[in-house]
Amino acid sequence: MEKKYIDEIEKEMKLANEGLPEHERKFFSDARPSRIEPLNKHLENFVNWARSKSLWILAFGTGCGSTELRPLMTARFDISRYGISGRPTPRQASVFVIGGYASMKTIKRIVRSYEQMQGPKYVIALGSCTINGGMYYDSYNTINRIDYYIPVDIYIAGCMPRPEALIAGFEELKAKIRKGECDGMNKYADNFDWYKENQKKIIKDWNMPDYNW
Amino acid sequence: MENLIKKLEQMVDVKSFVKKREDLYFLTAREEQIIVLLAYLKEKEGFNHLAFLQAVDYIEDNKFMLTYMLYNLDKKMNLGINVFIDREKASMTSIHSLWHHAWQYQRELHELFGIDFPGSPRVKESFVLEGWDEMPPMRRDFDTLEYVERTFYPRPGRSTNDPKDYMKEKKYKNFVDSPKLRR
Amino acid sequence: MDILVKILYAIIAIMVATIWGLTLVAIVRKIYARVHGRFGPPLWQPFIDIIQTHARRAQVSHGLMFYLGPVFRLAGGLGTFLFIPIIYNSAVFGNFSMAGDVLLVMYFIFFGQLGMALGAGEGGHPYSPIGVARGLAQMATFELPFSLAVIAVAIQYHTLNITNVVAAQQGGILNWTLFTNPLAVIAAMLSLLGMNSHAPFSLVKAPQEIPIGPPIEMNGSFLGILQTNRGIFTAAKLVLFMNLFFGGAAHPNIFVALLIMMVKTFSIYMFSVFIGAAFPRFRPEQSFRFFLKWPTIIGVLSVIFIAYF
Repeated sequence: MEKKYIDEIEKEMKLANEGLPEHERKFFSDARPSRIEPLNKHLENFVNWARSKSLWILAFGTGCGSTELRPLMTARFDISRYGISGRPTPRQASVFVIGGYASMKTIKRIVRSYEQMQGPKYVIALGSCTINGGMYYDSYNTINRIDYYIPVDIYIAGCMPRPEALIAGFEELKAKIRKGECDGMNKYADNFDWYKENQKKIIKDWNMPDYNW
Repeated sequence: MENLIKKLEQMVDVKSFVKKREDLYFLTAREEQIIVLLAYLKEKEGFNHLAFLQAVDYIEDNKFMLTYMLYNLDKKMNLGINVFIDREKASMTSIHSLWHHAWQYQRELHELFGIDFPGSPRVKESFVLEGWDEMPPMRRDFDTLEYVERTFYPRPGRSTNDPKDYMKEKKYKNFVDSPKLRR
Repeated sequence: MDILVKILYAIIAIMVATIWGLTLVAIVRKIYARVHGRFGPPLWQPFIDIIQTHARRAQVSHGLMFYLGPVFRLAGGLGTFLFIPIIYNSAVFGNFSMAGDVLLVMYFIFFGQLGMALGAGEGGHPYSPIGVARGLAQMATFELPFSLAVIAVAIQYHTLNITNVVAAQQGGILNWTLFTNPLAVIAAMLSLLGMNSHAPFSLVKAPQEIPIGPPIEMNGSFLGILQTNRGIFTAAKLVLFMNLFFGGAAHPNIFVALLIMMVKTFSIYMFSVFIGAAFPRFRPEQSFRFFLKWPTIIGVLSVIFIAYF
């Protein structure tokens, strides 16, 4: 009797990777994401200061906003003096810049990359297409609100915002990190079922595990 | 160009020859004779570049109109060939044997309009819309606004302004248009 | 008591070397940026990067070998460092120099890369083995002129102990190996370009080509260890070169000697940076062929000259 109860609880705690075929399920983990609390107060303040001084962007240009990231890296609006540089792999990056509209094909890859990022991760959403759909609000292929699919920290308005606006947005993100308010990873773990339900509603061919560790 | 049309009229059934610009002409051909026409134009007349293959939805006449745009590199002339096919059972001969890259245009038309090209390589693979199970979205009876409100979550509080009324409200409220200036 | 004091001195030497190595990397990045016409990242950026990577809340591991990869790499870096005397005739910075330690140091240079190869292969990413294979092959080819240069120096000074090599170069600039055995120094400096993985031999890491190469799955603390090792390893290699070929750092006053060490290692590093800034990258097969041709010939010539003239 008790063993059956424990089995049911254990089954609830694991994810059913239904999108994968049977023979591949053993290669992927089926654990849920869980909350990880920050450290004690003073150490967390120091570590947040260090995180704000060295942000690593995931070099994944998702939409038309990625053309605004290129002038940032070159000599005129030099962003490496703020400590920000690009990393090509989601395992080592901490900031995900969603540049503009996210079509259905892209949102599947965004979710996959976002879930593979480690630790405290921040999301910056550029442009008005991420806020309320922008000029593609009535298109069958682009989503209207990105924060129903992944948690967002900072929105930068514009169509597309200029590099000066992007630098101002990064400064806002740094101030927010230092205050300790950017907790996207725990927010995602807490409301995991709601996010997953929204994602599965629009991504119809879900052939990846439920949480990409 | 006119002697070209005379040559073609002896072979196939072409109608409504229209000249739009100095280097742009349009023809209308029949669906069964399209391969003969295109092969003749490609091999003998020098129209050996297929620029695009597109479709227009004439929902009032219950037809699709496919346009094959050919380009002659020596004489620098564009020739567009229009073909009308039925809208209910939309299917057309595939021309991937003449130009191999036509398979990509045919794949796109199959996904967005629902026109079938039997025999074309990889025509049923999804191109942009992965896992789409509704009506092909470029047809005119697909209501995209209703689909958006059903699937996505529009943010409330969105409003649209007509630019002319907005600027009039802000800048020149008391201005009266003179009848002479109206065009 | 004696061993505890030695351990304390070794820890001081390691900390000085790490800080100096990471600062060198930051200075070079700043110089590149100024050449491009922009400001670069501040000089303390590598330290903040290391703190930030260690402070990840969740780290993904792929098994036991994945843990051991960066650990082997750091062990290789520390081992390379601890047997080279930084400052000649100093108790604090003398390190554990002993007879025959040149060969041990050369072994440790290779050991680190091997450990990295095992760890990166365990990561499960299909592109890491490409970078690993290229890195090991390039390492095998640049070891050749370097070993020939070391053999030439050993024959010249009749010793394999780095302290004795430095002692034989004291007494004026013209006693440096640079002037008494120039062919060996040329061969060794050419293989330094391969060791530092600067252009034209930087395809091994190739950050734009295969996304970042061997350390692609390394995250969090794994990457932090790799970056710390970068500082120590750079400093160790440069100090080795300084001791073998450029006279070592020797001065009765310890701070002046440290200053001399910093100036000399900086100049040796700038040599590879200047060449790196001017040249594009070689493809892997071109770089292997380069190392096996002219630098090897120069190394063989240097051994012959020193043995018979």
